[in-house]
Order: sequence, then structure tokens, then C-alpha cells
Amino acid sequence: MAIKIKLFANFREGRGKIVEMEYTPGMTGQDVIDSLGITAPEIAALIVDGVDGKVDAMLTVPIKEDGYMAIFPPVAGG
Amino acid sequence: MFGYMGKILRVNLTTNEVTTEDLDFELAKKYIGGRGLGTKLYMDEVDPQVDPFAAENKIVFINGPLSGTATPTGGRYMVVTKSPLTGCIASSNSGGEWGAYLKYAGYDAIIVEGKASLPVYLSIDEDKVEILPALDLWGKMVSETSDMLKEKQPGSKVLTIGPAGEKLSQMAAIMNEKDRAAGRSGVGAVMGSKNLKAITVKGNLKPEIARPEGLKAVTKECRTLLKENGVTGGGLPTYGTAVLVNIINEHGVYPTNNFQGGQDPNAEAVSGETMTEKYLIKRNPCHHCPIGCGRWVKSEHSPDGIGGPEYETLWVFAGDLGIDDMDIVIDANYWCNEMGIDTISAGATLAAAMELYQRGYITDEMLDDEVILKFGNADSVIHWLKKMGNREGFGDLLARGSYRLADFFGVPEYSMSVKKQDLPAYDPRGIQGMGLQYATSNRGGCHVRGYLISPEILGLPEKLDRFELAGKPTWAKIFQDLTAVIDSTGLCLFTSFALGAQQYADMLNEVLGTDWTADDVLLAGERIWNLEKLFNLEAGISSEEDTLPPRFLEEEMPDGPTKGWVHKLDELLPLYYKERGWDEDGIPTEERLEKLGLL
Ligand code: SF4
Repeated sequence: MAIKIKLFANFREGRGKIVEMEYTPGMTGQDVIDSLGITAPEIAALIVDGVDGKVDAMLTVPIKEDGYMAIFPPVAGG
Repeated sequence: MFGYMGKILRVNLTTNEVTTEDLDFELAKKYIGGRGLGTKLYMDEVDPQVDPFAAENKIVFINGPLSGTATPTGGRYMVVTKSPLTGCIASSNSGGEWGAYLKYAGYDAIIVEGKASLPVYLSIDEDKVEILPALDLWGKMVSETSDMLKEKQPGSKVLTIGPAGEKLSQMAAIMNEKDRAAGRSGVGAVMGSKNLKAITVKGNLKPEIARPEGLKAVTKECRTLLKENGVTGGGLPTYGTAVLVNIINEHGVYPTNNFQGGQDPNAEAVSGETMTEKYLIKRNPCHHCPIGCGRWVKSEHSPDGIGGPEYETLWVFAGDLGIDDMDIVIDANYWCNEMGIDTISAGATLAAAMELYQRGYITDEMLDDEVILKFGNADSVIHWLKKMGNREGFGDLLARGSYRLADFFGVPEYSMSVKKQDLPAYDPRGIQGMGLQYATSNRGGCHVRGYLISPEILGLPEKLDRFELAGKPTWAKIFQDLTAVIDSTGLCLFTSFALGAQQYADMLNEVLGTDWTADDVLLAGERIWNLEKLFNLEAGISSEEDTLPPRFLEEEMPDGPTKGWVHKLDELLPLYYKERGWDEDGIPTEERLEKLGLL
């Protein structure tokens, strides 16, 4: 089973829009960003399987077997 | 007098008289400038019950004390009048260069009153101010008008209305530098009602600065903060406001098909990332702006490119219409700018029309069997947009905005608006604080009266639980008050992604010679907010209109990460009134007004 990592804005540079990763039981957002070479302070917003929250807390949430993550650097507008 | 030019220009179009008046420095400081001072000057002279299109109504063009100084983004101006769309106080803000040039011409504000018998424009070149005939400009699109006026008045910056303003469309904008808009609340129609086509400004005057060395230091500090901030130094310059498309969509609050859904599987096609990769030619910054969120994009309308769409425009002509085509959005944005129409209200009205068609209220026959207004019908957008701008056929009904359109069919609930002004690109069911801010906004449905998207979605300055109610009234009040301050300084709201109340106080202090704290400026913001509320109450807009369309209160979000949620306004509103020190009917108490110096 693979999980899907959606990347946005400058996180796409050198990584692409979507990265598929082999699922391992208990894997968290922290494992994902470690393998992508992204650090927590670079992240402004994070969604794990449709749920968002404070970045540090979301990085500890286990991802579902066929789940996904969406990772955003600081972006804004209006 | 520091910061201000000390002069107000009064133009009476009925009598053809032009006079200047001294600015009251103490009054100016109390309301800062821009939105605050403009509202005060307007309210002191106009009966809130006035018909927005009557000669008795006035329209105020006003910059802020930081406009035209070295501070970052100090080029903005505000238009204050009574809105023909909402009946509320309208204060519509625009960037570009015009606001700074009004100051270089020697004025803090222009108050236009009366009504010209034939189309005119106003030419301002410092002390030389003329009301000139504009018959040759009337009926012309915005860019042609601007080009003609630049030839007539070389070196001037041009502010103008397009055909929509001339034809009194309630969604008419005022445009400057061709593609910058004081877009919301129909302010362009008030200009049109006065037969005032345009205002040109030029000059070489500069405001006196109280503490020039101090200003240099604080400007440097603010510029560094803006540069080092991930949003103002990274996301916005690189991708523009369009960068919001994906993040709002991923949170399931990106409205689709007139807010019937909250997620669009094809949103990437109109995202900031796509625009940057395939359409962007260069950045298109406003005066003295180190951020440069404005876009200059490829288009068939010009080999050199044109001004590109903002996030709200991308959403409203894409997801909200069930179409995901960047070329159509760029084209729609072009036509809105040319005709002088607010992109949000124009797109939202098409979205409401499409839902009315979906539900059988609008029939093929009513559309004269022309292009059908149906979700997903890409051919309908530009076709009906042009008819809306020119008020042709069914376009005449569309030109009145979504509320009047839906109300015409007896179903105003299909207008996604607050106080008759169309909502922007965020579904309130999944952003409880933002929904409260929509409902209580003094100018009706609006995102730039308190951008709670920042904490609730974007994690700035900290991430809040977007579904949580606790604390949201406090956040709403602080954001609304701080926004009122920024809108009054002459700076761009986007600076607030990196700067806080203290930095705005610091900049004002060095320019004006004051010693305000962050709390002092926030109190001024609260004063401005309450002043606007008083206008609305006197205009007959009661707090009963502090509400949201029933869809958000009753219908659960059907899809995406916000699935199952409604907005809980009934729980939030009483807490908000309390937070503001208002009574339970949402009316400012005497005690609060006294504290704010409004009695
Ligand atoms: S941030 Fe964007 S809107 Fe604001 S002043 Fe700069 S270019 Fe204009």
C-alpha cells in the first residue's frame, strides 16, 4: 500500500506535485517530512487524511494505510 | 502639520465650484486617515438615509498619512460613500499609484458633491484644478479612457469608471492604473450617478515628516520583516494571491457551484502554481511595494501581457461556476477591468444565476435562447459578463448583483451574500471565525474586514482550530480593529502577514510625531469600526442583517474535509456583541461610545 503526499508552492521544487510513499504501519507526518528533506519550521499548514491542526501535533498523527498528506509552506493572500 | 498635506479639495459638480479647506489635524489624528478619516468626513456632511445616487450624496477619495512616504506599500487610497449595493457605508480600497499621487498633488482628500449636468472629468495638477468635459470619454472602456486622459494630461495618474459605472450597476468598480480596483460595494456607480467619469492627479509635493531619521529606521525594520517573512517575502511575490487556490481547496472550504460544495477536484488548473508555471510574465507591484503580489500574465488581448487575476477572481470564475479554465478567468478578469466591474460580485452573480437556472427559476426563454447560464458552461462567462457590464437584455438584471437577482425570483436565499454584498472565496461552514466576521462586517460580505483565514487556515500568526467557537469573537474583534487601522494608514493590508500593531504605531509615530502605542492604534481601529456601525444603524441597516445566507446555517457541507458542518452563528453572535461592548441587540452602548470618543 502507498500513501500520497501532496506538495504545494515551493515544496514542489525538486520533488514534484505528488509523491507516493510505501506505507509502513505507524508512520507519521514526521517520518514523511524527514524522508522528503522538509523540516517542521518550514511548514505552515498540514492536512493528514482530511484533518488539519497545529503542525507539531499533526506531525505525530499516524497516517492511514491508504491515506494522504497535504503539506504547505507559508502562503497567504486574499 | 506632519504626514498629511493639510488640504482637502472640495468639488461641487452642480455649481462647478472647486475650493480647498484646511485639514483639522486633531480630527485627522483621531481617525488616522483613509477609511477612518474618510468615514468621519463623510458622516459629518451626509444624511445616512440619503439615496446613494442622489446629488445630495457625496463621495470621498482619501489617502492616509503613510501614503506617499517611504513606508512599504504606501500608495493606497480609499473611496468612502454610501453603497448603492448594500445601503451600508462603503469604503473601497485600491492600490496602484493613484493614492500616493493624490498626496504628491498636495491633497489628503477630495470630497465630490452634487451632480454634473453632462459627463465631466476632474484634472488635478497641484493648485490647478479643473472640471473638464468628458463627453468624448463617456461610454469608453477603462484602458481607452486611461490612454486618452494620459494624452490630455501627460504625467498624470488616472482613476476612472467604465461603462458599468456610467450605467449605475450596483457592482461597478472604480479603476486606477487600468487594472487596480476600488472594487467592492458599487462605488463606481456613485461616480457614474454624478456624471464624473475620471480623476487625473499629478504633482511633486511631499509630506513633511516629523522624525525623518526615525522613519528611516522603522521603514528599514519593516522592510526587513516583510522580506524575511515566508508569506510576504516568499509565497506572495512568487505565486501571487492565487497561491491560495490549493490550500483553501484542500481544506474543503473552496466554494463550488454557488457554494453548493466545498472542494473542486480540478482546482489545480487555476492555481497559483499553474499561473506561475504557464502564464506569468512578471510581477506587477503597486507603489513602493516590496511584496509585489500583483501579476502580469500572458493574454491574447495584448502581446505584452495584461494584469492578472487575484485569488478571489480565480475562484469566482472557476470553482464557483463549475469551470476550471485559466484562460477564461484571465479573460473574465480583463473584461471586468475594462468595464469597471467588481470581479467578486460579477462572478458570484453569474453563479447565483446558474443555480437559479439549475432550480428552474431562470428559463431558456428568459435568456432569449442565448448562451445558457449553466454550471460548467464555459461559453456563458464572457458572453453574459459583457451583457452585464453593458446592461443589455437579461444582463440588466445581472448588473444589480446576486441579491437583487435572486430576490427578483422571490428566492433571495440563493444569493450567497451578506447585507446584499456577495461573499468571497471561503465557505464559512468550515471556518467559524471567518463566518462570524462575514456576518458582522460593516460593508457586508467581505474578506478584507478581518481576514481570519490567516489563523484558521493558514496558521498565521498561529494555527487555530477552524471549527472551534471559543475565542473566535475575540479574534474577530482584534482582526477587524487592526484592519481598520491599516486601511486608514494608506498601507496595504497584506503587510499584516509580517507586521503587527506595534509596527504600524511606530511608522505613524515617526511620520506624525505622535507617541502612540499598539493599544492606542487598536483603540483608533475600534473607534472607526464603531463609527461605521453607527452609520449603518442610522441608515436603517439593523443588526438583524448581521447574518449569513440560510445555506450556511442549515445545510451541512456535503463533501470534503468540511463535510457535515454548518455555521454556528447563533452561538457566536451574542459573544461577539459582548466582546465589542454592545448590547444584546448589537447596538453600541453609550459607555463604549464614550470610551471611544464618539459621543
Ligand atoms: S502586496 Fe500586492 S496589493 Fe498590496 S501593495 Fe503590494 S502589490 Fe499591491
